[in-house]
Amino acid sequence: MRVERVISDENDSFPVGMRVLAVDDDPTCLLLLETLLTKCKYNVTTTSQAITALKMLRENKNKFDLVISDVHMPDMDGFKLLELVGLEMDLPVIMLSANGDTKLVMKGITHGACDYLLKPVRIEELQNIWQHVIRRKKFDRKDRNGSGSQDKPYIDSSEAAGLGNVDQNGKFNKKWKDQNEDEDEERDENGHDNEDLSTQKKPRVVWSVELHRKFVAAVNQLGIEKAVPKKILKLMNVENLTRENDASHLQALFLNLTDLVTALPEKNQLCGKPASQYGGAAALGSVDSTHLQMGTMNGLGNFHTLAGPDQIHNAAFRSFQHSGVLRRLNTPAGVGISGLPSSGLVQLSPVQNLGNTSTNQSKLQSFVNPGNHNANILQGMPMSLEFDQLQNNRAASHVGQFPSVDNATVLPVSSISGSLIDAGCSNSPLLGVTSNSLLLEGSSQLPTLHASNLRDSVSGFPNRSTLSDFTSIAPASNQLHGSKADIQDQAFPISCNAGKIISSAPQDWNAPKKDAPYLSNVPSCSINSLRAVNGDMAQLGQCLDQNNPIFNRNVGFDFVDPLSIKCSEGENLAMEPSVIEKEGYLMVQPSRQGSYIPDNEGENFAMEPSVIEKEGYLIVQPRRQGSYNPGNLGSLEDLASAMTKQDHDKGKPTDGDFGYNDYSLRTCI
Amino acid sequence: MLGSGADRLRADVNRLLAFLFHQGILDEQFLQLQQLQDESSPNFVSQVVNIYFQESEKLLRNLRSLLMERKLSDYKNIGIHINQLMGSSSSIGAKRVRNVCVAFRAASDQNNRTGCLRVLEVLEHDYCFLKNKLHELFQ
Repeated sequence: MRVERVISDENDSFPVGMRVLAVDDDPTCLLLLETLLTKCKYNVTTTSQAITALKMLRENKNKFDLVISDVHMPDMDGFKLLELVGLEMDLPVIMLSANGDTKLVMKGITHGACDYLLKPVRIEELQNIWQHVIRRKKFDRKDRNGSGSQDKPYIDSSEAAGLGNVDQNGKFNKKWKDQNEDEDEERDENGHDNEDLSTQKKPRVVWSVELHRKFVAAVNQLGIEKAVPKKILKLMNVENLTRENDASHLQALFLNLTDLVTALPEKNQLCGKPASQYGGAAALGSVDSTHLQMGTMNGLGNFHTLAGPDQIHNAAFRSFQHSGVLRRLNTPAGVGISGLPSSGLVQLSPVQNLGNTSTNQSKLQSFVNPGNHNANILQGMPMSLEFDQLQNNRAASHVGQFPSVDNATVLPVSSISGSLIDAGCSNSPLLGVTSNSLLLEGSSQLPTLHASNLRDSVSGFPNRSTLSDFTSIAPASNQLHGSKADIQDQAFPISCNAGKIISSAPQDWNAPKKDAPYLSNVPSCSINSLRAVNGDMAQLGQCLDQNNPIFNRNVGFDFVDPLSIKCSEGENLAMEPSVIEKEGYLMVQPSRQGSYIPDNEGENFAMEPSVIEKEGYLIVQPRRQGSYNPGNLGSLEDLASAMTKQDHDKGKPTDGDFGYNDYSLRTCI
Repeated sequence: MLGSGADRLRADVNRLLAFLFHQGILDEQFLQLQQLQDESSPNFVSQVVNIYFQESEKLLRNLRSLLMERKLSDYKNIGIHINQLMGSSSSIGAKRVRNVCVAFRAASDQNNRTGCLRVLEVLEHDYCFLKNKLHELFQ
């Protein structure tokens, strides 16, 4: 296959079609892995034996882009396979294990794994593994024996940053520039060096442990300041090693060390911060320069301790405590200490997982009844319809019942918000969960929603208590399909909002005039980005927990049951969709009518579906008003459609109607 | 008519699943399995689960015979079996079985034979329960 075509193919569709070799002796896991990888659109080959895997890899080095292997295999230790693959084929290898013991993870790192995943593997984790391939290609180039596929700008910036020491900088810069200039013609603009590798004639230098030790010893002997490739070469006294080899190895080491060290103080930040932040930053080069600029002497200082690998390990691995996230320590070969890949990238992108999993999990633990993995919470719950039993548990279970959303990704809450966006209400609604406020998070796509949502969410309620229940977060969860982007982009006050709204609901029920308190709750919720979602999750959890007692109490509220809304011709109630737009909350207030509520005929309340559409929330609240439009509220569905299409006859949410209406949650008395 | 039968069936299935979730026997990983099932792999869940059954029974049998040995010393092998059972159980969402495996691993790490035997019994029991329920599910 021609190099150009391969490059263009890879460029166009990568990571789609990335060729993965999956090795696991457990057929259950292997089948699952294969299916998951296929779902991620990779090109998967599986085998249950390490030996077969090696054979396949050896017969054609370019056949695969990435290897995923189980740690415990009968015919060969996973770590050994890892080493061999790293040494011979230089492919990124991801370890997989049911055992997340730190020692094992450590072992994976030291043997060169670029990641360490724990079973059960989730699809989200697999969706990101292609990063390792890209990263590897870019970083390996530096260590190539004159392969030359190096981005000049990239190297310059990282050199400058990483070396820190100006003198050193100058010296190395000069050296690298020389080298780079020589290798200009060999550069592959697309940055794919696999083809270069296969076409290049020079034998690659494999940095074995021995070689590396010599290198380190030589550098130490010379001293950092004087460690020049030429001298190192002389000291090492190894045949077939060129100055370029030494130069590139040295550079790689420096970059790795600097990254490693600079990452340490940030480790907490890394872990705490949301994935998106780092994911976005994980662009080649950009992160690196940032990182490299930071620690300088540290990096150099550590270099001196290279001779004592343990020290580096300790320093480095402090930041690895959490996770199965590993870095590839050695660039050229799966060898011990030497190169932490100069990946601000490696650090960051796995953290993405880390951030997601650890923080989310901890926050969601108390939150979801059946689920342990937050990411999985809302996935695939086709049977949420029948989760009545679960409902009665904790409020958290409400979340757990949310209809599946493919990407609920991190947070159920986010999915709640996201869900509102899509209104593909074909999902099973939350029966009975409900609660007071229907927080429908609306985006600009608001229209679609709510009809079935509302209906569904209401259906489980006892006759009365419906509209009040609307304000619950639960129905919102119906819409978990919100796209990830939507979720992430939207503000997330839902958690605090929900809690506040809900908690204020009871009070407001009997205090019609207390709009202020209610409203004041709304503004007080800050709009957070996805980053804060974790925090929100916790809040949401609390909110939901609070909901339980509230939910129970709601029965006492005479909430209008949209389903039982009757058209009352005699009544002269106009349905005004009052649309309240407050910090992105979309409040839909169905206006209540006298006849709307079976036992409230004397009253003259109008339930207006007030639809507030913003990126935020769609909150449906029952409202007392004077008018009711029969045409609108024939059913909950109509209510929703009234809210959504703004062209319903009367009493629809009109576009301009964004006034603040008196919409505390009130009983429809 | 057909519709209502199918609905009832689905309702039963859902109820059973809800029960299993509630009891902590299954977790959301099972849901992920279900999500992977689609037109291109219509029997994915039952396929995976059946493989799981086959493998697990082998593992359990081996574990029992290992533990029944007169002179039990091969805890390492036991550990390997447990690890595999744990991995596959967690992969299909068999939460309870997986948790018992954790306890099993702890006992085996301490070379505690009695403890291991006790846990093995619990494991076998929970596994059987899971198997029965899942069979019901797939009916």
